[in-house]
Amino acid sequence: MSLNTPLRQVLGLGSARSGVQHWWLQRLTSVALVPLSIWFTVSLLCLPALDHATVTAWMSQGLSALLLVLLVLTATWHSRLGVQVVIEDYVHGAGARTLLLVLAGFAHVFLAAAAVFAILKLAFGRGA
Amino acid sequence: MPSRPLSPHLSVYKFKYTLVSSILNRFSGIALSVGLIALTYWLLAVASGARAQAQAQALLSTPLARLFLAAMVIAFCYHLVAGVRHLVWDTGRGLERTTAQKSAWLVGLLSIVLMLLIFYWLWRGGHAP
Repeated sequence: MSLNTPLRQVLGLGSARSGVQHWWLQRLTSVALVPLSIWFTVSLLCLPALDHATVTAWMSQGLSALLLVLLVLTATWHSRLGVQVVIEDYVHGAGARTLLLVLAGFAHVFLAAAAVFAILKLAFGRGA
Repeated sequence: MPSRPLSPHLSVYKFKYTLVSSILNRFSGIALSVGLIALTYWLLAVASGARAQAQAQALLSTPLARLFLAAMVIAFCYHLVAGVRHLVWDTGRGLERTTAQKSAWLVGLLSIVLMLLIFYWLWRGGHAP
């Protein structure tokens, strides 16, 4: 017999409101990704070539760099939320699940940071 | 940990193609997550200079990499269109069974059209990596 109140016993077992935030952020990022990903695809397809000079010239334009940063951040965020759900759905061992969630989180933050670093380096410098 | 009901119970459902449209969205999403690694690699290569980018470009031009990039285009088209279907659902519309079955076909059709458009553009322009 537990001495905890009934409320105390269920707190933390359910979504405790954070589930809505996850759901909402996934929608918000997906709405943002519709125009951003279409812009990125069309821009790449419209480049006359994919050699270094052409790509750096395109990426050093302020607007391209800004939209690229937004695209990379939104996409990695959306990806992190999605991968998290997949791991939670299919990995059942508590230890393995926690480990995978942490690793996936780190990997996404690393990808976002590396991509933003690359874009800013090109936008601010001459890209070596 | 107390044993609570866990989802998804995939085995209790009768097979129906709407089920395929759902799992394809998940697969294409995971594929695109892998694609983010390639995108970041490419961006870093471009930022590291002409030589590094030429190396990356050579790597991305191998048959295996081309296959991977083609898969990315397919996954992107499907995930984009299927994602819009989800956003429509979130407004409470199109959730009736017959409508959802029709929209599953529509998503398949639209994503194939989008895919063909991109491949045609690439083939015509000829600058695929």
